[in-house]
Amino acid sequence: MSDTSGKHGDKHWLVQPDTIRKLWIGGIALLIVVTLFDIWVHKHVHFGIEGSFGFYSWYGFATCAAMVAIAKGLGFILKREDTYYDDPD
Amino acid sequence: MTIPIEWLISYAFPPGLILIVGGLLLPLTPLNFRGVAVLALPILTLQVSLAVPDGVLLYHQFLGYDLQLVEGNKLSRLFATIFSIMAFAGGLYAFRHARVLELSAAFVYAGSAVGVAFAGDLITVFVFWEVMAIGSTLVVWAARTKQAYGASMRYLAVHLFGGVVLMAGVVAHVQATGSADFTLMKLGSVGTWLILIGFLINAGAPPFSAWIADAYPESSPFGMVFLSAFTTKTAVFVLIKGFAGTEILIYVGVYMACYGIIYALLENDMRRILAYSIVNQVGFMVCGIGIGTEMALNGAASHAFAHIIYKALLIMSAGAVLQQTGKRKCTDLGGLFQTMPLTCICGTIGALAISSFPWTSGFVSKSMINTASAAEHLTFVWFMLLAASAGVFLHAGIKFPWFVFFQKDSGMRPPDPAWNMKAAMIFFAFMCVALGVYPDPLYSMLPYEVNYEPYAAAHIAEMLQLLLFSGLAFFVLLPMMKRTLTISLDFDWFYRVAGPFIARNVVEAVGKLGKALEQGITREVINAIAFIRQHHGPTGPMARTLYLSSMVIWVVVALGFVLVLNFARA
Repeated sequence: MSDTSGKHGDKHWLVQPDTIRKLWIGGIALLIVVTLFDIWVHKHVHFGIEGSFGFYSWYGFATCAAMVAIAKGLGFILKREDTYYDDPD
Repeated sequence: MTIPIEWLISYAFPPGLILIVGGLLLPLTPLNFRGVAVLALPILTLQVSLAVPDGVLLYHQFLGYDLQLVEGNKLSRLFATIFSIMAFAGGLYAFRHARVLELSAAFVYAGSAVGVAFAGDLITVFVFWEVMAIGSTLVVWAARTKQAYGASMRYLAVHLFGGVVLMAGVVAHVQATGSADFTLMKLGSVGTWLILIGFLINAGAPPFSAWIADAYPESSPFGMVFLSAFTTKTAVFVLIKGFAGTEILIYVGVYMACYGIIYALLENDMRRILAYSIVNQVGFMVCGIGIGTEMALNGAASHAFAHIIYKALLIMSAGAVLQQTGKRKCTDLGGLFQTMPLTCICGTIGALAISSFPWTSGFVSKSMINTASAAEHLTFVWFMLLAASAGVFLHAGIKFPWFVFFQKDSGMRPPDPAWNMKAAMIFFAFMCVALGVYPDPLYSMLPYEVNYEPYAAAHIAEMLQLLLFSGLAFFVLLPMMKRTLTISLDFDWFYRVAGPFIARNVVEAVGKLGKALEQGITREVINAIAFIRQHHGPTGPMARTLYLSSMVIWVVVALGFVLVLNFARA
């Protein structure tokens, strides 16, 4: 993502640092806009907390972060070399 | 085409047999006609399937039971339709490169899935179920690598075990109720429990989830496209038909949805990532089946339909990458968007669809399950499904395209694959978007009337927020997700390592014990023989021949002794 090294000329335009920086800016702007939808859109709330501002934004981010952390933690127990099941011969 | 369809229907020919018989005849078909056959057979199956009317069409007596070989209803037509479409697209993707054995096995496999969809009794279900297990094992096997052979044997072992459980359940159920009819069952008796377990093993439910990520990725680039579609979705079909509203399925489904995400996050192999995400997606469906309301069942059925398409599309794009580069691991891939743009775009459309992005097929199907859980006030389930929805984008929606087509530049510059593979991908990418933008044809095929409007403004906003922030989490936490050359232990450890270890040691210990016993007994017997031989053998004192002279001396001594005794008495 953030490969900023050296010559830009031989790189595809999509992976040039300039483009990546613009993509980040555009992406963050998009995140803000979709969260602000909550102001204009009337939500049908089923569960109390769902009505909180930007619920789906923070819930999406928080649960994903939690899942990455859980996976990382379980990885310490469950991960093995990818040759683990190979025959020794 | 209308004449053979009317003819086939009037003779109540099971639609699945078109693919099964056609598949078996495929190796005998002339080479230049084979492509036409591969594309025509699924189309014919689709037309016949759609023409099957409601109700039982074909009875057959077997051991005193009424077998209902063909029973039509909306649900069976829906599944037969998607199975036929899948066989068509898979055939298009595979017919120029796959071995004929593989195509043949894949068609038998697809045909038996259609057979299950129209089965009106449990015995017919069981027969097609087992044909499906054999067909799919051959598809895995057809990759002809050592890994594929091992995986296919483990796959077969799990499915034969599942088949035995199902058979036992069917026998017990038929004994208890006196009928082999396949209708909605109430969980309670031994028979129904065993049938449910047999079905769930094929769905990839815990603890038997590992076979999917073990076997499917070892098949050929073409084989996995077929494998991803039929076994698990046939299980979804039979669960809807037999166990809708069974509460335990809600929690089994939630577990599967989470399991798939966690294991996919840990995985390095792109095809195994996609295999884990099958479990994740089937989890949503199983959960919907457990909720059991009309909306939830519509959601589960339509999600199975949409899932087959976008999952096959993802696996086609991964297969194209494997075919063109020979690589499967994320650590070896990257930067392929430059020279495989079509594969990249189609794979990304599949990734958006699996993530339920608005205007894709996943959005119009999965949301019905989530909404149904809210309508039933299942708070825990709703929050879990919502988290899992965000997690889908994390583990498949972004992770797959990012690590395969973007991330670092692997330096590889392979072109897009052959025209037929591209055509199949374009077809399914089109379907993903078409179903998302215009879901009405799909909704009209669902088992219950659809009173659901997916494109409410609030719903679009919620989904965009959830998914885009999941995407943000991905890029922010990217350093934590650095790919490693690892696999993750799963339940299959018990039958791949622990089982063989125990078996080996038990055999060894029993062998040692036997040997020790044998040696001990042999020694004792030899000693006894030697003892007997010592005393009774040819040279032993008891068997020795004595000299006449010594005999005479002993007789004289004896007589002398008698004489002395007589004197003593007198």
